[in-house]
This record gives sequence, structure tokens and C-alpha cells, in this order.
Amino acid sequence: MSEGLNHWPFIVAAYALTVLATGGLVAWAVAAMRAAEARRERSRER
Amino acid sequence: MHGYANPARFLRLAKLLTAPLLIGGGLLAVAVLAWALAAAPAERLQGDSVKILFVHVPTAWLAMGGWSAIAIASLSELVWRHPLAGVAARAVALPGAVFAALCLATGSLWGRPAWGTWWVWDGRLTSMLVLLFLYLAYIALADAATRDGQGQSRIPAIFGLVGAVNIPIIHYSVLWWNSLHQPPSITAGKSEMAAPFLIGLMASTLAFSLLFGGVVLARMRAILADTQAEARLRRRAMNAADV
Repeated sequence: MSEGLNHWPFIVAAYALTVLATGGLVAWAVAAMRAAEARRERSRER
Repeated sequence: MHGYANPARFLRLAKLLTAPLLIGGGLLAVAVLAWALAAAPAERLQGDSVKILFVHVPTAWLAMGGWSAIAIASLSELVWRHPLAGVAARAVALPGAVFAALCLATGSLWGRPAWGTWWVWDGRLTSMLVLLFLYLAYIALADAATRDGQGQSRIPAIFGLVGAVNIPIIHYSVLWWNSLHQPPSITAGKSEMAAPFLIGLMASTLAFSLLFGGVVLARMRAILADTQAEARLRRRAMNAADV
């Protein structure tokens, strides 16, 4: 362990990165799924 | 498994499971990460930096598990021609790449306070970086196959199988070569971790696994919907040309 180094900035950065990346991935996957399913419904109606 | 080879039957199940997996995983992740930040104990040697364990290890396991799933799906696609296997493999690739990148980034953020360095070119870190590149190459190959109208192309499946060689290399790298990275703390049926760390790690792994599963189902639904819409439009265009 690096003596005298404040660990909290590293912890906060790791958690923030994980939450943002995972949240972004979930939001993008759901939006892409909804858009694709809407395209399929539109192609059915035409 | 072949009962779910029918896309209509699979879609019914996927529609039932996607939201519960994402919502359940999200709530559990928020609870576990809040507990880890506020109440998880510091470790004797690593101090507070050990809290990074609760995000680093699940992302590492899921990145490796993701490629194992790609390899199994690729085998099903090549040998048994399972109609959803290729879709499943393509759906796993992007979340797998994101989790591999997160594993490397959080590992680097843990390495600086724990080892005094952001990065070392040792077996574990390098093989994990190779896994990220494999994911990126797989995504490029699968996209190219889809764009060229060869959604059933075998090249991504063969690449998925060949890339699986890297998984045991990642796992055993800390035993085969000298490394700053610690050897596995959890092996089959045995753990060297204190109870609070082990329980917290299992809970965060469950939370991220639910999220990973929800994203894979959402991706599969999107790929299937796009394929069905495109097939319908193509059929209509051919009918119009015949008339």
C-alpha cells in the first residue's frame, strides 16, 4: 500500500465510472430495443 | 434449450424477464454500492482501497463469463445451427466489452494506491487487455457480417471459439507468472476472504449479473426486431419488383 496516499479519490472515481458506464449501457440498450421494436411495428403496418 | 430456438417463444420469455432483471439489478447494485461506500470495513493491508473490490471483481468475472457465453453460443451456432445462438453471441459482445474496459479502469484505480502504479505489463493485466481487444474485434466482425447481409456468417462464430483460449490464460496467469496481482482469493468451495467482503462481493456480483443479463436480453430483442423488420421490407420490395 502507498503510505500517506488518500484512497478516497480513487474509490470515488472507480464507483462513479462503474455507475456511469453501467447506467449508460442499460439506458442505451433499452432505447435501442424500443427503437428497433417500433421499426418492426411500423414495417408490419405498412 | 432447443425449445427456445423458436424466436416467438424466446421473445415472450425475454419480454417477461428484461424489465425485472434491469430493475432488480439496478436496485440491488445501488444498495450494495451504498453499503460498500458507507459501511464496508477497511482491510488491514490495503486500507479503504479494498472497497474497489466490489466493482472491480464483478466486472472482471462478467467480462470473462461474457466471452465464455460467446464461445458456447458460437459452438451451438456452428455445430447445432441453433437459430438464436448467433444473436445471443452478438448481444453479449457489447456489454462484455464495457465490463472488460471497466475491469481494466477500476483495476488501474485500485493499483495506484495498492501497488503504487497505475499499470504493469504482467500476465493478468495484459491478458485482460487482450480480452478487451478480442471483444472489439468480435463486434467489428459481427457488424461487418450483418452489414454485408451475411448475418449467418460463420467467421464471428469461429473467432468467438478461438478467442476462448484467452479465458484460461487470464484465470491462471497469476499462478503461471510472477505478478503484482494477488492470486485467486476464491476457489471452488473455498474462500480466504473475511465474511463481510465475501457477502458484499457475492451481492454485487449478483446485482451486476442481473444487469448484464437484462442488457443481453434487450440487445437480443433489438437484433431480432431489426432482422424481422428488414426481412419484411425486403420481401415487400421483391413482391413489388415481381409485379
